[in-house]
Amino acid sequence: MYFIRRLILSIPLLLVITFLSFGLLHLAPGGPFDRERKPASPEVERNLARKYHTDEPFWKQYLRYLGVGFERDAQGKIHWFKDGLIRGNFGPSLIYRNHTVNDIITEGLPVSLPLGFMAFGFAVGVGLPVGFFTAVQRGKFTDYAGSFFAILAVCIPGLVMGPVLIVLFAIHFRWFPVALWESPMHAVLPMIALGLYFAGRIARLMREGMLNVMNSEFVTAARAKGMSETTLLLKHAVRIAILPVVSYSGPLLADLLTGSFVIENIFCIPGLGTPIVNSSLSRDYPVVVGLVILYAALLIGMNLLVDLAYMALDRRVKYE
Amino acid sequence: MSKGTVENPQRVEAEEPLPNGMSSNPQSAIRNPQSTISPNQKAWRRFRNNRPAVISAWFLLFLVFAVIAWPIILSVTSHSGPHGKAFAIQYDPNTLTDNVFAAPSLQHWFGTDVHGRDLFSRILFGAQVSLIVGTVGASVSLVIGVLWGAIAGYLGGRWDDIMMRIVDVLYSLPSIIFVIVLITTLEEYVKRWFDTINSPQLSHLTRLGFLFIGLGAVSWLNMARIVRGQVLTLRRRAFVEASLTLGAKHRHILFQHILPNVLGIVIVYLALTVPAIILYESFLSYLGLGIEPPMASWGSLIAEGAGQINTVRVYWWLLAFPGAFLVTTLLALNFFGDGLRDAWDVRGDK
Repeated sequence: MYFIRRLILSIPLLLVITFLSFGLLHLAPGGPFDRERKPASPEVERNLARKYHTDEPFWKQYLRYLGVGFERDAQGKIHWFKDGLIRGNFGPSLIYRNHTVNDIITEGLPVSLPLGFMAFGFAVGVGLPVGFFTAVQRGKFTDYAGSFFAILAVCIPGLVMGPVLIVLFAIHFRWFPVALWESPMHAVLPMIALGLYFAGRIARLMREGMLNVMNSEFVTAARAKGMSETTLLLKHAVRIAILPVVSYSGPLLADLLTGSFVIENIFCIPGLGTPIVNSSLSRDYPVVVGLVILYAALLIGMNLLVDLAYMALDRRVKYE
Repeated sequence: MSKGTVENPQRVEAEEPLPNGMSSNPQSAIRNPQSTISPNQKAWRRFRNNRPAVISAWFLLFLVFAVIAWPIILSVTSHSGPHGKAFAIQYDPNTLTDNVFAAPSLQHWFGTDVHGRDLFSRILFGAQVSLIVGTVGASVSLVIGVLWGAIAGYLGGRWDDIMMRIVDVLYSLPSIIFVIVLITTLEEYVKRWFDTINSPQLSHLTRLGFLFIGLGAVSWLNMARIVRGQVLTLRRRAFVEASLTLGAKHRHILFQHILPNVLGIVIVYLALTVPAIILYESFLSYLGLGIEPPMASWGSLIAEGAGQINTVRVYWWLLAFPGAFLVTTLLALNFFGDGLRDAWDVRGDK
């Protein structure tokens, strides 16, 4: 029930996000056509404005973008908007004229999404074991080495790690390709550069979670009853200790997507990062708004999944 | 195997959850002569025993000193010619020379960049911007976060629900996109406005101002959550009720009683926000949305270095030195912030 309500609640949230991003971009001076043909003739300008409806009042543009409402033509006949967001159409790009926003998304998303998930997998795959072992081996050399690795990973941002990886492993040793996105080998360096920071974050959270759990009464009770240390740690402690990591995954995914802009830029990966930066610089409104909505929708969906996972792991939590 | 029986012996002595001498049990000071020192002194003692944190603090102090002192040295010493100087600190960060891509040497400690500028001076120049953006941005986030959290926690009930729900929603959105949209859209607006009132200096600084505001405006969420949690518990304390009974106004209670008591925690989280903002700023500068040339920040310097990567010759110093500075500073800030947090024993409770 709770999740159905959350799903329904996310619709007005998305509407607010579309309105804010649409409004903010239209508030700004300077249109998308400013940069080309500087002394554009008034006719050209008027035609461009008419074609892309930038001459209409703001509310009408917004409704047209959503695809809700109608307009009257010269004869007073009513035309309902046939396009728009509710029909899954993000509109045209104003700069890349032969591309719609949907084209940009269908080209970029199959690149950005796998990269994001691989980096997430890398972060979890490295972070969880490191956090686990540093907590179990508390105070020993493993702990110091692992904890130092974790804090170091948090302090090396992707924009430092990426170029360093390129210079070392692509140019010096020539083990991996330098850039682009073609074979699985191409994905290794970007995955590490993007995921390392989050591996560090996860390791630190996991360590803290494990330390808290190992102090709790049920662990002492289980030890007193003679449960083997391995079963105790792997079957019972991890389950609780992982909860902070699970609840961090929501913001983590948001950060991961953000971090991927830089990584895509470094490795010349044709994902969604480059379009979002370029289009907001060149005021390509539909692209920016479309991508912002896409990211917001993705994240809302992911957060819902994170909450589901949280509930599955911790039976004490009940969402009302 | 008795691992983890005492999780952290240092924690045991921290009996009170609140800083600033708000002892939860005023009697204990009389009964136990050991605890006559104030909680702040205890925390300070704990902090000094944390070696990484102390080293980090010295490093940061030294960096701040270098950043402040270096322009003064530069203006005092004469810089007659570009060559033959023994001390790298004497190079102007914006003077272009023909000595491009010089490897690190005695003259140019960190080498020179694509325009023949001394990289050491560029890095110190960039440190200025990175540190200022970090601290000012964190201060902006402090003001928003503390006010938001304090009001939500103090009002409680439905208002608390609504305000914290907004924080939850914002927490899971890619905030950097909003900064990008904010910078690219409103900047032009403000720039034109500055041009109309004839102040070109201000219009140069617009981007910097937007970085302060934008990065601060997306980094206040943690602060708000922590402050709210603290205020919620403080609000039920006897001294607040006493104050209310005496007829104190809500504003008086909030500013005179509650905010001073969350100050310690706020400072700790301020220290942890600074590296996050420096990181954000370097992201933006890397993408060309941050600091504009000829100004420099560590992010833009790394971007310049990464732009020179090619398979023929590797100008490693362009990448290694700014990167090392950024990483070391972030490391120091994190150690320092963690040290403060552990010493004052504050935990961010959701």
